[in-house]
Amino acid sequence: MTAFLSIIIVLFVAVALWQMVKIFDLAQVGAANTQVADDKDNKLQGYLMMAFLVFIYATTIASFWYLGDLPLTSNSASEHGPGIDNLMIISMVVIFIVQTITQFLLHYFAFKYKGEKGRKALFYADNNTLEFIWTIIPVIVLAGLIIYGLFTWNDIMNIDEDEDPMVIELYAQQFNWKARYGGEDNVLGKANVRLIDIDRANILGVAEDDPNAQDDVIVTELHLPVGRPILFKMRSQDVLHSAYMPHFRAQMNCVPGMVTQFGFTPTVTTADMRLNPDIVEKVLNINKLRQAKKEKIEEAGQELLYEFDYLLLCNKICGKSHYNMQMKIIVETQEEFDAWMAEQKTFANSLN
Amino acid sequence: MSATADTHGHDDHDVHHHKETFVTKYIFSQDHKMIAKQYLITGTIMGVIGVLMSMMMRMQIAWPEEPNLLFEALLGKWAPGGVMDADIYLALVTIHGTIMVFFVLTAGLSGTFSNLLIPLQIGARDMASGFLNMVSYWLFFLSSIIMIMSLFVEAGPAAAGWTIYPPLSALPMAQGGSGMGMTLWLVSMAIFIASSLLGSLNYIVTVINLRTKGMSMTRLPLTIWTFFITAVIGVISFPVLLSAVLLLIMDRSFGTSFFLSDIFIQGEVLHYQGGSPVLFEHLFWFLGHPEVYIVLLPALGITSEVIATNSRKPIFGYRAMVASILAIAFLSTIVWGHHMFISGMNPFLGSVFTFTTLLIAIPSAVKAFNYITTLWKGNLQLNPAMLFSIGLVSTFITGGLTGIILGDSALDINVHDTYFVVAHFHLVMGISALYGMFAGIYHWFPRMFGRMMNKNLGYLHFWVTAICAYGVFFPMHFIGMAGLPRRYYTNSNFPLFDDTTNANVVITMFAIVGGIFQIVFLYNFFSSMFYGKKAVQNPWKSNTLEWTAPVKHVHGNWPGALPVVYRWPYDYSKPGHDEDFVPQNVPMKEGEEELHH
Repeated sequence: MTAFLSIIIVLFVAVALWQMVKIFDLAQVGAANTQVADDKDNKLQGYLMMAFLVFIYATTIASFWYLGDLPLTSNSASEHGPGIDNLMIISMVVIFIVQTITQFLLHYFAFKYKGEKGRKALFYADNNTLEFIWTIIPVIVLAGLIIYGLFTWNDIMNIDEDEDPMVIELYAQQFNWKARYGGEDNVLGKANVRLIDIDRANILGVAEDDPNAQDDVIVTELHLPVGRPILFKMRSQDVLHSAYMPHFRAQMNCVPGMVTQFGFTPTVTTADMRLNPDIVEKVLNINKLRQAKKEKIEEAGQELLYEFDYLLLCNKICGKSHYNMQMKIIVETQEEFDAWMAEQKTFANSLN
Repeated sequence: MSATADTHGHDDHDVHHHKETFVTKYIFSQDHKMIAKQYLITGTIMGVIGVLMSMMMRMQIAWPEEPNLLFEALLGKWAPGGVMDADIYLALVTIHGTIMVFFVLTAGLSGTFSNLLIPLQIGARDMASGFLNMVSYWLFFLSSIIMIMSLFVEAGPAAAGWTIYPPLSALPMAQGGSGMGMTLWLVSMAIFIASSLLGSLNYIVTVINLRTKGMSMTRLPLTIWTFFITAVIGVISFPVLLSAVLLLIMDRSFGTSFFLSDIFIQGEVLHYQGGSPVLFEHLFWFLGHPEVYIVLLPALGITSEVIATNSRKPIFGYRAMVASILAIAFLSTIVWGHHMFISGMNPFLGSVFTFTTLLIAIPSAVKAFNYITTLWKGNLQLNPAMLFSIGLVSTFITGGLTGIILGDSALDINVHDTYFVVAHFHLVMGISALYGMFAGIYHWFPRMFGRMMNKNLGYLHFWVTAICAYGVFFPMHFIGMAGLPRRYYTNSNFPLFDDTTNANVVITMFAIVGGIFQIVFLYNFFSSMFYGKKAVQNPWKSNTLEWTAPVKHVHGNWPGALPVVYRWPYDYSKPGHDEDFVPQNVPMKEGEEELHH
């Protein structure tokens, strides 16, 4: 209904605007119809430039005020997360400083040097020293950021197999996720989509005759033991998907025809994260908002009360239900994980 | 044969034999000024469609799955009862992107201003080949028609995102839009690329061969430098997209496996074996990234010209500006991989692309600082064109700065394909290039139509647009920082993102107001075309050659001999002259020096 009303308002505004513009236009005589700015225009526009500078700063402040909790720069739940967060914060500080100064200079100059009849501008075509300075400063700043960035990147992408990571396959299809664990031997059985046999419930195309495959475990909810390095192997059976785990600062595309990988070590259990003061506050806020639109949520058949959970989202356009392709991730202690794992069926036992 | 002798021959031909009929003057015109107008009008119409689509998307995001009269009216069966369908949302995303990037900001911007300004600013009668120029426009027109036709296909228009990554775009069973809609998209783009290549080759040849006497490369206005380099980038990179499009057509229709392998969909295994979607990503982004600069450089060129003229000052650091255009052009062809950090390509390549990508910040910073210094101690004429140019510098800085986050592979892991990206590229290439286009229209309207636009409506247009552009895209960065993925039909399945809902409503409000206020521009544009005040020959007291030609439409641009050039185009407020401008065709005074060398 709000949408409907807003459309009507919008239409009215459009018509009114058109009318206003016409009247405005007709009321003008001769001189205002040229585009050439006179002293009066320059003065007004110069002041408006300063007002616009204030608007830019105000937008910045308002954005930080209302949206500034920036969940992606704090409370990461993986070992490499703080490295990314630091780099992010440093980059943002650099951006913030440069943005504030350059926008000030731009708009202030537009105000300060607004045209006056009879004044002559300064003929100032070149200054090699100045240009050298503002070439070299970005070079130095960027060199720092590039080096820091490359170290962080290499750190994340080089997966140390000696640490004996737990191997988990993330399997994407329109429009859901499955996860396959290597089982007792921590080795994934061979697989190919050509081996998919729906009748035998072999939905991931795992090779039935591969000895490594027998103890594999296929699930629809991802459980991770805290503190253990995990190596994800990504596969897709149909189109491109992207496995996005924002809380762990992790993302990798799932590409049909090849296996991609990404590794990280979860550091905070779901239970602990739910007790984190920032998260508690966030959840409270979200539940307050949800309470306000209670009817709609219940009508859609969703749980009203939100409880924090880590999520795996699809982040590469993959078709109609792309917007709802998700899987819950639960990080828990090794004991809890073992208990959960013991309840799961192995691949060999799950076949029809 | 020398260039001057050649154009002289053409000159005689015009004066004595040339008769223009209605058809040759307004429809199949070979006159660059008319072709520029044709590009502009077609681009404007496509722009209206593209902006309307973005407004519908924004309404859907703010009020998901709610009945909406506008949807019911415009989307028909795709919005039963006014509730938008998820498939059509993705189609809107796709076609909005395609139209805005290619049809408005490539053809509409480059096509208009390269055509209008290259011959006029270098002192030539017309483009090197008027015929190719005409063919280029009509191919563009044809591709526009096909793209619009694809909106009415039974199974829906292309909906795989403007990047049309296979397999989604290759398999009709993966998505309704990947059937006939995608076929038309591919055909349209193939024709578009042909049009763009013909145009670009013409621009290059014209700039190299047809400069008037005295117009050395170092006396070219920066507009011409950017159009020239843009055309070069286009010729290098568009053919690669064409090859990607052709290979995709092969995969779709002739059973090849360039981009496809090991696919199981809707209960059956497909025969494709051995291809890779990553190959498509490489081919696509080899154009896709230079495309950003194909869109942006002409806008920066227009801004350089408008800022210098209206500051009544030489553009600061002309040689540095040219050098940074060349540097940006070179770097733009070796950074495409930054769109693919997490595509599964070798992480080492990620490091290389991070390095080259962040290097682009250096010439970009030089340009921004040089613009700001040009304003310093100027005598700024704050007319609408100048406001849009200053606005461009502002959004170019704001949008460009966040590039150092996205270009950094380690940070991209987490903000890739979120609204952070949407905010970044809309500001740095979308809004900036649109501002450049608006600045160009306000500035050269008298040259195109012999009339002036309405100043106060221009001011109104700028301020509302400027406020709304920041209102839309500034908060969007923060939503992206909260991890909200782009291209989601609704976020209601993720309570995690519920705290971004209000911000999304605010953004949509700004988008609606900003979109609607473009009516002010359209009204001003079309009414001034017929009822605007008659323009004088050089209303901005500008130095470049296009203002030495008469206001009246002359086939061949100058009724008499071509102007001869004696100086660079930025002798504004030069000491020793009474006026604060000295056109390029004014000979040097005795003892006067070219101060910029």
